[in-house]
Amino acid sequence: MSDTTYTTSREALRRRQQDPHRVGHTGHPKNEPVPGTGQGASGPATKRIIVGYGFWVFLLSDIVIFSAFFAAYAVLQGQTAGGPGARDIVELPRTAWETGALLLSSFTCGLSFAATNARNKLWTQVFFVVTGLLGLVFLGLELQEFLSLAARGVTPQRSAFLSAFFAVVGLHGLHVTVGLLWLGTMVAQLQVKGFRREIVHRIICFNLFWHALDIVWVGLFSVVYLLGAVR
Amino acid sequence: MARRSISGCDRLIVLGLAAVSLFGCSGVLNPAGPVGRDDAIILIDALLIMLAIVIPTILLAFWMAWRYRASNTKVEYLPNWSYSGRIEAVVWSVPILTIIFISGVIWIGSNRLDPYRPLPSKTPPEEVQVVALDWKWLFLYPREGVATVNQLVVPAGAPVHFQITSASVFNVFFIPRLGSMIYAMPGMTSRLWLQADRPGVLWGQSAHFSGDGFSDMQFQVRSVAPGEFAAWAQQAKSAGPPLNEAAYARLTRQSQHVPPMSFSRFDPDLFKLIASQKVAPGPGPEPENPSHAGRVTSTGGRH
Amino acid sequence: MFGKLSWSAIPLSEPIPLITSIVVLLALFGTLALITVKGWWPYLWQEWITSVDHKRIGVMYCVLGLMMLIRGFSDAILMRTQQAVAINAPGYLPPEHYDQIFSAHGTIMIFFGAMPLIIGVINFVVPLQLGVRDVAFPTFNNVSFWLTASGALLVNVSLFIGEFARTGWLPYPPLSEATYSPGVGVDYYLWAIQISGIGTLITGINFVTTILKMRCPGMTYLRMPMFTWTAFAASLLIVAVFPILTATLAMLSLDRYFGFHFFTNDRGGNAMMFMNLIWAWGHPEVYILVLPAFGIFSEIFSTFSGKPLFGYRSMVAATLFICVVSLMVWLHHFFTMGAGAAVNTAFGISTSVIAVGTGVKVFNWIFTMYGGRVRMSVPMLWSLGFIFTFVIGGMTGVLLAVPPADFLTHNSMFLVAHFHNVIVGGVIFGLFAGLIYWFPKAFGFRLHEGWGKAAFWFAFFGFWVTFAPLYVLGLEGMTRRLQHVNIPEWRPWLLISLFGVALIAISVACQITQLVVSIRDRDKLRDDTGDPWDGRSLEWATPSPAPFFNFAVLPSVEGEDAYWRIKEKAIETQRLGPEPHYEPIDMPLNSPVGFFTAFFASATGFALIWHIWWLAWAGIVGAFIGFVIFAWRDVHEYEVPAEKVAVIDRARRAARQAALARMEARREALDGGVAS
Repeated sequence: MSDTTYTTSREALRRRQQDPHRVGHTGHPKNEPVPGTGQGASGPATKRIIVGYGFWVFLLSDIVIFSAFFAAYAVLQGQTAGGPGARDIVELPRTAWETGALLLSSFTCGLSFAATNARNKLWTQVFFVVTGLLGLVFLGLELQEFLSLAARGVTPQRSAFLSAFFAVVGLHGLHVTVGLLWLGTMVAQLQVKGFRREIVHRIICFNLFWHALDIVWVGLFSVVYLLGAVR
Repeated sequence: MARRSISGCDRLIVLGLAAVSLFGCSGVLNPAGPVGRDDAIILIDALLIMLAIVIPTILLAFWMAWRYRASNTKVEYLPNWSYSGRIEAVVWSVPILTIIFISGVIWIGSNRLDPYRPLPSKTPPEEVQVVALDWKWLFLYPREGVATVNQLVVPAGAPVHFQITSASVFNVFFIPRLGSMIYAMPGMTSRLWLQADRPGVLWGQSAHFSGDGFSDMQFQVRSVAPGEFAAWAQQAKSAGPPLNEAAYARLTRQSQHVPPMSFSRFDPDLFKLIASQKVAPGPGPEPENPSHAGRVTSTGGRH
Repeated sequence: MFGKLSWSAIPLSEPIPLITSIVVLLALFGTLALITVKGWWPYLWQEWITSVDHKRIGVMYCVLGLMMLIRGFSDAILMRTQQAVAINAPGYLPPEHYDQIFSAHGTIMIFFGAMPLIIGVINFVVPLQLGVRDVAFPTFNNVSFWLTASGALLVNVSLFIGEFARTGWLPYPPLSEATYSPGVGVDYYLWAIQISGIGTLITGINFVTTILKMRCPGMTYLRMPMFTWTAFAASLLIVAVFPILTATLAMLSLDRYFGFHFFTNDRGGNAMMFMNLIWAWGHPEVYILVLPAFGIFSEIFSTFSGKPLFGYRSMVAATLFICVVSLMVWLHHFFTMGAGAAVNTAFGISTSVIAVGTGVKVFNWIFTMYGGRVRMSVPMLWSLGFIFTFVIGGMTGVLLAVPPADFLTHNSMFLVAHFHNVIVGGVIFGLFAGLIYWFPKAFGFRLHEGWGKAAFWFAFFGFWVTFAPLYVLGLEGMTRRLQHVNIPEWRPWLLISLFGVALIAISVACQITQLVVSIRDRDKLRDDTGDPWDGRSLEWATPSPAPFFNFAVLPSVEGEDAYWRIKEKAIETQRLGPEPHYEPIDMPLNSPVGFFTAFFASATGFALIWHIWWLAWAGIVGAFIGFVIFAWRDVHEYEVPAEKVAVIDRARRAARQAALARMEARREALDGGVAS
């Protein structure tokens, strides 16, 4: 086999040499890469960009999960099976507190990142802890809501509407829980290891995650709670 | 009306259908009613349209591979040739035109053969309510006040309006030689219009897997002359037990290869209650009625 | 203590699963014992199990996929024999067993056969074609593989402990709800697919990032090889739709485990919603499988015709067109629900519009051969067989997209024949072509041609003998998933189909023989240049097998068919380019995190299936601890010294230079012959 290696390519070359005017098509020579345009001129991106980019793609996929649950909620909204509807279970004051806590935590998370950018470990940690506490407040309020509903017999087993309600709100709550666990390990890592390169990458990802949860909550708050209260 | 006439071109296709159906008589290409006939004509039309493009494509592929085989050094070798605007234009327009053509068939076919669309007829349509159960079919005749299991009797030459639901899981109501199938869905009602041309015996089945007893979820379809139909209804009315609550509850329990039976009476609201799930759906597998029982075969609806 | 698990879960009274279990377990323990006796564990652990090398992971994916193909094929043999003998007779498989077999067949073939093979080939090839050293997240790549393997493990455990789903490969509620399927079968399905689905999602994220952010200098979008483009389209689809699968199965799990009412019959549940959601994933999934196969064919048609791909830009456009439109066609899976003419028309047309994209591709492959020097090697045979098979499968697909035709053939054997026509004829043929094509790059020697050709011809005719009768049966009104049939007229067709399965079985035997013979004759089949097929893209610029760092120096690309240009220049000047300046390379360290994650995932999945709650919690906590320990690791990379890189790359250059010289000598001899 090795003797016949390059048979085709050799003949192709001969043809090209016999074809000095390049009548045969040769691709698109004008399409030269331009540096700085993401056209691939400069080779692989840096680790920081790759990590951030990959995490963005993950967040998009996570938002697709939420979309599926939102879609299920929209479909099942009216299926109360004679049980309570959205209007009967929404308590806007508590939700307002929840929203306040979560939005504020997003703000403190942003402040922690400002401190990260300044490589200030103390303030990064302080704002991480504040963010975590606000997240706990949010989770506590949500848990209280679920428990008080359950005490009234309003459980996901009651109707398809309630299944969808508890699932979509609970899914967000689960994300916040995971976020808090992550935040805890992040605080520990930062304390022990300082602003190493990969720690900073993880802090970036955590920030993206936490803000994304906020955006999802704005959707939940509007679609489930506000629209539920007026319907 | 759309289904009124069969054009000359289609007559050829009907001939083709007859030829194809020689190798079997139970199939969808041997329709016994207008819906099945029109469905099959659309199927054959679409097939012919695509064969007109698919056969040349396959031949072209093999010819190309043969002509430009490496050992054939007599033909020109164009190692850098990779683009031709004209060929590209053809390459895109051939599939696009074919699909536009097919889209026309889809558009017209979907509208004309919408299962919900009533069949035009001088004779008044017969009403049948269909309930899919684990694993048998219940047919309710609201006008006649009789009900049957695994046996459907319809008057020949008259359109039949089916309302279909399920009292357990998904099934599909399908009588291959009469045409269009449609889902039997729990909590929902679907509709279907079919018509049998002549008296005869056909078979129907569930065309959607519904559990261990699915293979025998078949039913006999008897298309009878209108007078005979009235006589049959009269006879069923005078014989057979009533389909009361207890009898229906028994029917909802899982059972396989159930022989045909008939009931003389039922609650006129029964179908509505089943479709809205006001009466309990089938209980599924029960410990005292294990679903593994069935290693026995049956002839389904075909006796 | 053990939830629902008891000794009665083991099928002691059923001979078929019991004997299979014993045989499989013996083979498994035999293999493990052999590895232990031979002392291969350290090698396996260091070089494979914990490897983060994309090539090694790709190979492991392919091995898993091939094993599962055989498992799925044995299910197929059982199904076809059962239907052939159970004509007005009970056959030898009772319904409760037969129903598990067809469910397992579909699940295994799609999720654990085709998907791992496709992902394996993507893993192996894409970084090489992009001219880079690894994927964006090498450790996550390893995690992906082990999660997929964990899902495959759970499905196969269901054969020995408990049962598998009896609902079909997509567990439609209400049949899959606790009321109608109280056993553990559906739970096995749910957790196996959830665990492997997460692995697949990570793969999708990994490759979207790799392809968009990691290309060698000069590798612009419109210079990427076609296979990389299709891998990119498939990865995008994975990221877009696998979350829907995860969400849908999570809803079904909530129904089954906690009495929620997403899809139940009572309290307002909506089973139709499941069908919409699952097919919003399910239809794009088909294109996740087939688009990379299209990419493989594009590479093969171009390489074996000795020409650039015809209409490259058209091909890119067609790929992305299919990628986008595939998200808008899901409703054609249930035209017969009575959605109304307008809805059916819209989805019928959108479905057939996909045929425009595939039609363009088919024509472009044909015109790639135009003016070429077509070498009929085994990959090319599979590709031509694919064109024939796939074009017919596409045609029956468009037929099914015409609603009135679908009203006659929905769920029938016609449908079964159609999707095997496109999945076997498209995906599986493509994978075999690709495996043979890239095999030398992975192992350094080619596969035996004769056995490969035999395997192709048996598979090709076996396929048609098996599935052509099923088209006929579908038109005869035979619906799918029948445990026994009541119409004796169908017997001849079922018997012909069974004969076709025998032909396919011979093909499988030929494939195995091909592998054995090739390993035996590996020295004769050795590929010493690294470019056995006269290839065009960058993977052929590396030696075979490719070194762990792929490229000593990242190549610089100046146009389409990157390697072809480099090669042309070398042949023209009769020498390679100047020796580059070698620098040390940072490579990612191996990591056991994937293996441990999968271990905990399997334990948690098994515990959830059998309601062993303490074990489920232990698994989750264990996984979290593992995650923290892994994150605590300080050193992620190690440095390969420049000298070592230089040694490996100089060997490559020497081999190439020798090949050039051989070629030159041969040319002179030929020219001399002509001159005299």
